[in-house]
Amino acid sequence: MTLAAATDLAAAANENLAEISNVLVYSAMAVYTLAFFAYIAEWTFGSRSKVARTAAALSPKAGAEARKAPAVTVQQAGGTAVLERPKVVVRAATGSRDVPDGPGAHGGDEKGDLYGRIAVSLTVLAFCLSFGGVLTRALSVERAPWGNMYEFNITFSTTAVGVYLLLLALKKDIRWLGLFLTTTVLLDLGLAVTVLYTESDQLVPALHSYWLYIHVSTAILCGAVFYVGAVGVILYLFKDAYENKLAGGGKPGSFATSVLERLPAAASLDKFSYRVNAAVFPLWTFTIIAGAIWAGDAWGRYWGWDPKEVWSFITWVAYACYLHARATAGWKGRKAAYLALLAFGCWLFNYYGVNIFVSGKHSYADVGLSALGSVGF
Amino acid sequence: MSKTTTDDSHRAADDTSKAADDQDLGAAGSQLSTAPTEDAPNLPSLGVIGWARWFWRQLTSMRVALLLLLLLSLGAIPGSLIPQTGIDETAVADFRERHDVLAPLYDKLGLFHVYSSVWFSAIYILLFVSLIGCIVPRTWQFVGQLRGRPPGAPRRLTRLPAHTTWRTEAEPEAVREAALALLKKRRFRAHLAGDAVAAEKGYLREVGNLLFHIALIVMLIAFGWGQLFKSEGNKLIVEGDGFANTLTQYDDFKSGSLFTNDDLEPFSFDVKEFTGTYERTGPNKGTPRTYQSELTYTEGADGKEKTALVKVNKPLEIGDAKVYLVSHGYAPVITVRDGKGKIVYRDAVPLLPLDANVTSSGVVKVLDGYRNPGGEKEQLGFNAFFVPTFGGSAAGTMLSQFPALDYPVLALSAYHGDLKADSGIPQSVYQMDKTKMKEFKDAEGELFKKLLTPGETMTLPDGAGSVTFEKDVREWAGFQIVQEPGGGWALGGAVAAIAGLAGSLFIQRRRVWVRAVRGEDGVTVVEMAGLGRSESAKVPEELGDLAGILYDRAPAAPDPSPDPTDSTDTATDPEAVPAEGAEK
Ligand code: HEM
Repeated sequence: MTLAAATDLAAAANENLAEISNVLVYSAMAVYTLAFFAYIAEWTFGSRSKVARTAAALSPKAGAEARKAPAVTVQQAGGTAVLERPKVVVRAATGSRDVPDGPGAHGGDEKGDLYGRIAVSLTVLAFCLSFGGVLTRALSVERAPWGNMYEFNITFSTTAVGVYLLLLALKKDIRWLGLFLTTTVLLDLGLAVTVLYTESDQLVPALHSYWLYIHVSTAILCGAVFYVGAVGVILYLFKDAYENKLAGGGKPGSFATSVLERLPAAASLDKFSYRVNAAVFPLWTFTIIAGAIWAGDAWGRYWGWDPKEVWSFITWVAYACYLHARATAGWKGRKAAYLALLAFGCWLFNYYGVNIFVSGKHSYADVGLSALGSVGF
Repeated sequence: MSKTTTDDSHRAADDTSKAADDQDLGAAGSQLSTAPTEDAPNLPSLGVIGWARWFWRQLTSMRVALLLLLLLSLGAIPGSLIPQTGIDETAVADFRERHDVLAPLYDKLGLFHVYSSVWFSAIYILLFVSLIGCIVPRTWQFVGQLRGRPPGAPRRLTRLPAHTTWRTEAEPEAVREAALALLKKRRFRAHLAGDAVAAEKGYLREVGNLLFHIALIVMLIAFGWGQLFKSEGNKLIVEGDGFANTLTQYDDFKSGSLFTNDDLEPFSFDVKEFTGTYERTGPNKGTPRTYQSELTYTEGADGKEKTALVKVNKPLEIGDAKVYLVSHGYAPVITVRDGKGKIVYRDAVPLLPLDANVTSSGVVKVLDGYRNPGGEKEQLGFNAFFVPTFGGSAAGTMLSQFPALDYPVLALSAYHGDLKADSGIPQSVYQMDKTKMKEFKDAEGELFKKLLTPGETMTLPDGAGSVTFEKDVREWAGFQIVQEPGGGWALGGAVAAIAGLAGSLFIQRRRVWVRAVRGEDGVTVVEMAGLGRSESAKVPEELGDLAGILYDRAPAAPDPSPDPTDSTDTATDPEAVPAEGAEK
C-alpha cells in the first residue's frame, strides 16, 4: 500500500467516526424526546390523591396549626441491631414555614411511577448515546471534544444529564428534575446540530496543553452543575410564591397546583439548590485558577482581563454574592435566589454571549503575530 | 370583652416565655459562626468619631460587603465590552476613530482601561478594606472561641432543630460520663456543664473560611505587585542569532509603573534551531506536531552556558523571567547585486506569517552601497511574498498550502529610490515607505515582479542588478520575554483559597448537648439535641447515630404510663408528621 493510500484510509476512518458521532447525537435526541414524553406521562398520569396534603397543610386554618406543630419524626436507621432506638425529632427553624415535601412528579401514583421509571431508563439510554457521540467525535478529531461551540454544547448536555443520573444513583429524590432537564437538553442539542454545527477541525497550538483538558472539563462540569442548581432555584421561586399564596389564603390556579404540589417544599428546593451551587463553587474557583495557569504558560500572563476571563470572574463574584447573601440577614430566600439566577445568567453569557458578541483570545482563532505588511500581489 | 382580655394576657404570657426561650436558644446557637451580627443602620449622633465609627461599622458589615461584591461584578462588565488599551491598542484606536462623541466621554470615565481606572480601583480597595475589617475581628473572636468552651445546654432541648429523649435505669452521672467519653472519642470538644454535656465540632469550617478570605488578600497583593513591577517585551530572532536581555534589544517593550531597567533579569541566549513539524493528514492536517526552539543561554553576566528547549506551552524560566515561544516564520536568505555584479546585500530576511500555513510577507531593504547604472547612490526596496508550500501555478493562488518547507516560492516586486530610512521616524522593518520610491517596470510597463524558487535569480531591468533567492531558507522564532514577580504568591494564595473554601463549604460546624437528670419518679431521663449552623440532614443523622450508641450503654427503662417526658413532647408537638415527607 502506498503512503498516500494509507493516509487516505486514515482520513476516511476519521470521517466515518465523525459520521457515527452525528448519528449517535441524533439518536440521543430521538431517545431524549421519548424520555421527554415519558416524563410528561409521569406528570399527567400521576394521581393527585396523596398530594392534597400539602395544600391542606397550607390552607389558612391548617397553616396556623402547622406553624404550631412543626415536627417531622425521622426514624434513624442505626448501625446496631437494637430495634427500639430513640427517635430523633426534627423541626424547622423558628420562623420558617414547615411544609412537607411533595411526593414527586408521579404524585404517589403507581402508574405515574412506572412512567417515571421508564423515563429514567430512556434518559440513561439517551445519555449513553450522547456520551458515545461525544466520544466518537473526540476520536474523529484526535483531541478532546471541546474545540468549538458545537462540541462544547453536546459535551455540556451530556454532562448535565450525567450529573442528574449521578444524583439519582446516589438515591437523591430528584426525579422531578427530569422533565425540565430533558426539555432544555433537547433545546441545547437542537441548537448544537442546527446553528452551531461545525465540521470536525483542528486546534491552534495554544490549545495544546494538559491544562486545557483540566480547565475545560471542569468548566463544563461546573456549568452542568450550576445549571442543575439554577433549575432548582427557578422551581424554588415558583414553589415559594405558591406556598406564600396558600398561606395568605389565596387560591392558585389548578395547573400551578397540580405541578407545584408534587415538588419538594420550597425550603427543600432552596436547600437543594444551595447545596448544589455551594458544592461546585470551589471547583469553579479551581477552574478559573487552572485557566490562569494555562494562560500563564500559553500567553505569557496568567491574568490579562480577556473578555472570557472577565466573565469567569464576574460569574465567580456573582456566586460569591449568592453565598454571602445566604449568610446575610435580609437577603436569604428570594433575594438570594435572584442572585443565584443572576450568577447563572453570567455563566451563560460567558459561554454564549462572549463567544458570539465579544472577540478575545478565547475565540480560538488567529494566535501569533498579526500581519503588519501586505504586498501588491 | 373579658374574653379578649384573657386572650391578650394569655398571649402576653406566651410571648414572654417564648422570648425567654428564644434568648436561651440564641445563646446556645451563638457564635456558631463568627459572621458579624447585623445591626440596623441607626444613624450616629456624635461628631466626627461617631460618624467614623458608623462608617467603619457599615463598611465591615455583611450587607455592604455584599453590595461591594455586586458592584465589583457590575464594574467588571464594561471592560469586556469596550476595547481596552491593555489588551488591544489597535481596537481602541479604531474605536476612537469611529466614535468621536463617545470616545472623549469614555476617556474621562477611564473606560478604555477599566481595570486600572479610579472607580474600579475604589470598588475593590473598599472591598478589601471591608474584608480586612471583617477578618481581623473574626479571627480574634475565633481565637476566643477556641480558648473558651462550647456554651452550656439550653433549658429546653426539645426546642432545638433535632432532639431525642429516652428514660434509662442507668445513673445520670454514668450517662454523662459515657456521653462525654463518646463525644470526645468522636473528636468533639466536649465538657461537662452542670447537668449536661456540651460539645462542639467542625471548627475547621471557620479556619477554612478565614483562610479563604486571607488568601484573597494575598492574591490581590501578589497580583498588584506583579502588575507594578511587570515587564514584557517581544523579540524576533532568526536561527543562529542571539539576544541579550537589555531594553535596547527588544522589538517592543511594555512595563509596569514601578519597573526600572535594573529590574531586568540579566541573561542572554542564542537560537540554535527552530523545529516545526506538522500533521500531514487527517482532520488535523497542518497542526504543529513539534513546535520548538533549541536555545543556549547564560544566566547573569558570565554564567555557564546551558541549553534549553522552548515549546509553545513550555517557557524557559530564568529567575523571575520567562521566555515564551510565541510565533514562528521563515527568513529566506537573499543576495542583491548591483549592475556590476558586486554584492550589496546578503541577509536572512524575516517575513511575517499571514495565515496558519505561513503564507508570509515582508520587505527587503538595501540601504547602503548600491549605485544604479548611472553611478548614483540609490536605495532598493523589494516587497516580498513567500509561501513555504506553493500550490503550483495551476492552483491559481499564491497562498501557502502547508506550513512546512515543501515547495518554497518567493515572489518579489522591485522598487528604487529613497526609503526615507534616515528621516528620524522609526520605521518598521516589515513595511516600506513608498512615497519616494519608484517602481521598476517590466516590458509592459507594469510593476516588475517575479516568482523565484530557491537558487533562482531575477535580473532587474536596464542592468540595475540582480536578486538571488539563495538555497537557504532559515526559520525565525518570536519570543516574548515576561517578568512578573509575585506569581508564586498568587499561586500559593489560589491553592490556599481553594482549600479554605472547601473547608468552609463542606465542613459542618455543629453542637451536641446531652442532658441526664433524675426524673420525678427516680428514673433517669436522657435528652440529646443537636444544632448546626444551617438546617442540615447531617445533624439529625449524626445525633441519631450518637443516641444509638449511648442508648446501648444506657438502655431504656420500662415505660411507666403515662410517660412524663413523652407527654411534654406531645404537648408541644401534637401533630408530628410522619417521616415520609422529611428532607432527604
Ligand atoms: C473579596 C470578596 C469576597 C469574596 C469573593 C468572598 C467569598 C466568600 C465565600 C465564597 C464564602 C463562603 C460562603 C459560605 O460559607 O456559605 C464567604 C463567607 C463569608 N464571608 Fe466572604 N467574601 C468576600 C468578602 C467578604 C467581606 C468583605 C466580608 C466581611 C464583611 C466577608 C465575610 C464573610 C463571612 C462572615 C462569611 C461566612 C459566612 C458564613 O459563615 O456563612 N466576606 N465569603
